[in-house]
Amino acid sequence: MKDVIIIGGGVSGCAAARELSRYQADILLIDKEEDVCCGTSKANSAIVHAGFDAPAGSRMAALNVAGSRKMPALAKELDFAYDQCGSLVVCLSEEDRPALEKLYHNGLANGVEGLRIVEQAELRALEPHIADEAVAALWAPTGGIVCPFGLTYAFAENAARNGVQFQFDTEVEKVEPMEGGWRLTTNRGPLEARCIVNAAGVHADELHNQVSDDTMTIVPRRGDYFLLDHAAGNHVRHTIFQLPGKYGKGVLVTPTVHGNLLIGPTATDIDDKEDTATTAAELEEVRSKAGLAVKDLPLRQTITSFAGLRAHELRHEFFIQEAAPGFVDCAGIESPGLSASPAIGEEVARLVQKILDLPDNPHFDPHRQGILDPKTLSFEERAALVRQYPAYGQIICRCETVTEGEIVDAIHRVPGARSLDGVKRRTRAGMGRCQAGFCSPRVLEILARELELPQEEITKCGGASRLIVGTNKDSL
Amino acid sequence: MKQIDLVILGGGPAGLAAAIAAYEAGVRDLVILERDRELGGILNQCIHNGFGLHTFKEELTGPEYAARFAREALTLGIPYKLNTMVLDLSADRVVTAVNRTDGLFQLKAKAVVLAMGCRERPRGALNIPGTRPAGIYTAGTAQRLVNMEGFLPGRRVVILGSGDIGLIMARRMTLEGAKVLCVAELMPYSGGLKRNIVQCLDDFGIPLKLSHTVVDIQGKERVEGITIARVENGKPVPGTEEHFDCDTLLLSCGLLPENELSRSAGVALSPVTGGPLVDESLQTNLPGVFAAGNVLHVHDLVDYVSEEAAAAGRHAAAYILGQKAPAEGEALPVTAVHGVRYTVPTTVHPARLEGSLTLRLRVDGVYRNKVLAVYAGTDCLWRRKRPVLAPGEMETILIKGAALDKLPGCGGLTVTLEEA
Repeated sequence: MKDVIIIGGGVSGCAAARELSRYQADILLIDKEEDVCCGTSKANSAIVHAGFDAPAGSRMAALNVAGSRKMPALAKELDFAYDQCGSLVVCLSEEDRPALEKLYHNGLANGVEGLRIVEQAELRALEPHIADEAVAALWAPTGGIVCPFGLTYAFAENAARNGVQFQFDTEVEKVEPMEGGWRLTTNRGPLEARCIVNAAGVHADELHNQVSDDTMTIVPRRGDYFLLDHAAGNHVRHTIFQLPGKYGKGVLVTPTVHGNLLIGPTATDIDDKEDTATTAAELEEVRSKAGLAVKDLPLRQTITSFAGLRAHELRHEFFIQEAAPGFVDCAGIESPGLSASPAIGEEVARLVQKILDLPDNPHFDPHRQGILDPKTLSFEERAALVRQYPAYGQIICRCETVTEGEIVDAIHRVPGARSLDGVKRRTRAGMGRCQAGFCSPRVLEILARELELPQEEITKCGGASRLIVGTNKDSL
Repeated sequence: MKQIDLVILGGGPAGLAAAIAAYEAGVRDLVILERDRELGGILNQCIHNGFGLHTFKEELTGPEYAARFAREALTLGIPYKLNTMVLDLSADRVVTAVNRTDGLFQLKAKAVVLAMGCRERPRGALNIPGTRPAGIYTAGTAQRLVNMEGFLPGRRVVILGSGDIGLIMARRMTLEGAKVLCVAELMPYSGGLKRNIVQCLDDFGIPLKLSHTVVDIQGKERVEGITIARVENGKPVPGTEEHFDCDTLLLSCGLLPENELSRSAGVALSPVTGGPLVDESLQTNLPGVFAAGNVLHVHDLVDYVSEEAAAAGRHAAAYILGQKAPAEGEALPVTAVHGVRYTVPTTVHPARLEGSLTLRLRVDGVYRNKVLAVYAGTDCLWRRKRPVLAPGEMETILIKGAALDKLPGCGGLTVTLEEA
């Protein structure tokens, strides 16, 4: 019997795993997908909310502000991409100003530092491409942007470094209490643990409702996004939200930590918890709303569109609680879950520790080194790196200039990349303007070589997502 | 930093032809930097025939055509580096590149020829809604997998876009045992060569659905189906949807010149072609930086790439060897009007012409029985009847002799379509 099984390898589950690895315990994280960061954590706005939006007094507000405060130091400790670029909530009409004031006061009540309402002239100086209609904005200097993959992998790798085990392609079918803990029935056999952490994202309600009569309902709320090329990355310098009001509810426009521009999301409640298909109507909605707060958006520079699901609990609140003895929920983690994740992880660990009373892990190492990106080095440092490790001299992804050295590193990490998407999320190979046209055959080759598998068995994202179905003329 | 006369960015057909021409014009201190594993560029995966009819008066496959140029470059002893990625080009022609053996290095060049080619427009840039499973490839990626690696990327295939690579891949996938269900084309005409429609679709009974596009992709892990619909005024028409059970979608929806290096160096680019704005010498706004081939504007026939790139190589050599008058003299704009979408070049220096002027262009739609004409001011320099003009077929105009005497002081050139 394990001490703890964490169900779900999204940012919450991985943050919980990392915080729990501070204790001496036998911990297993399982996920139904082939990797961590395959659900909500991989498709979201990639921003760190300052914390003015969540209702004052809510769990969501407290964890958002706490998570956001931890982010700068954590980014150094765990070596992931984060930039405190600041955010602006743009008010497009004088008649909406009361709503802006209300948001400001909510932010103050939540304890967000540095909040200020900026008037038109200052706003234009901050953001030259702001819409002409803009009259004022709420300026939050602690708002930021983060690589959601980088953050999740950082938690996961640091957890693994400190003893947490990972098991993928493992889907929980049933949760039952047993003597001294819980038994999980999975597609890969039974698993037992003294304590369960339910971080199953959009599926967390299904697990919760097996152990508690206080039922929970999670509705997948889908959002479509456009991602624009680096060439458009400087169109705005801050995360731009539009204050809902006279012109309707807008979408956000934000730079990303990798220099792209991200626009979205829509918010459509759907039934199917796996339906991340974009729709023509929602893409059109993003297109039409994108220009409300920001003008001259170069949508022609779009390199991809995608959709993600928020795990929206009907009560719109985070549920981090002991739902049954030894069964800890980490549920309803929709936006601002990414921002709150450092605090969510700590909160889950605190609850589990209270249940299991675990001794400290004397070998806990809080540091994690990310995959070395040669682009961040000086010419001399980079030249020396290539001399020592020639694989860093072999560019595989042309658009994002990702080297073979980075890809091999990504494959051999724990948990490591096993698919094209796993490599992409860890290294950005295939994330650029050609969207893997040139590099996918090469990445396929490297994955097969490093994992000692035939190329035919390499997938895009696990399961049946094979990239190659056979060899030429094999059916003739 | 190592000084060098000429650096050629790219070892595909354009880079090879430019290098050979520059060598023959007297440049000895040069190098080709190629990011792939071998010289020849995209031709190495174009194993179909039909290359070289214009240049060699015989029908070659892509690799055979590339090999003729590669062999010539090797015979001449032109240096080249493979698996070498250029990371940066500066306005004063410092090239920063990296590979396994030389490591990270810089070259200060007297002249540079941009010959980086183009890339395919990906699914994301087309805003096709639906899921994002495995089984969606650009036609060129599928071509590489099939023709160079021997792997079949799918068995039941829908192709969106009737660009030449899409048409070629419809035939190739069929020959390798896959079933190609249809080729959908957004426009009311094909973007590919007529001969490819006949030889790659008609001969195999593959339907071409003009004015159709993909409106949905189904399948979570691997493509399971594609829905297409008829398009009117750029919008899918509700009720015209047609579903195909398939495991693969190939995209052949346009090629984009790869000018990220050029742009960051400060090369002025054309919003129409996506390639550098060049003068009659194929020189960009940066002195000593020349461009040719698909990085300049997307070609349909490699023969013209070779021809254009050889000219760029000769002009680069003249620049390096100081044979070309550095004085700019008069610069005439070349304007594309009335159905002419763009021209290459967009500027002409009459004083620099050496007895001829080549203009390449594409039209913006399908035209029948028109006259293609070039004016210097109001004087007609050149006019020819054209029974059919289509966006998929590049036009080349060669103006020679006395007509060129009308250029100085004419104010500018205009290329236009007229009624016959």
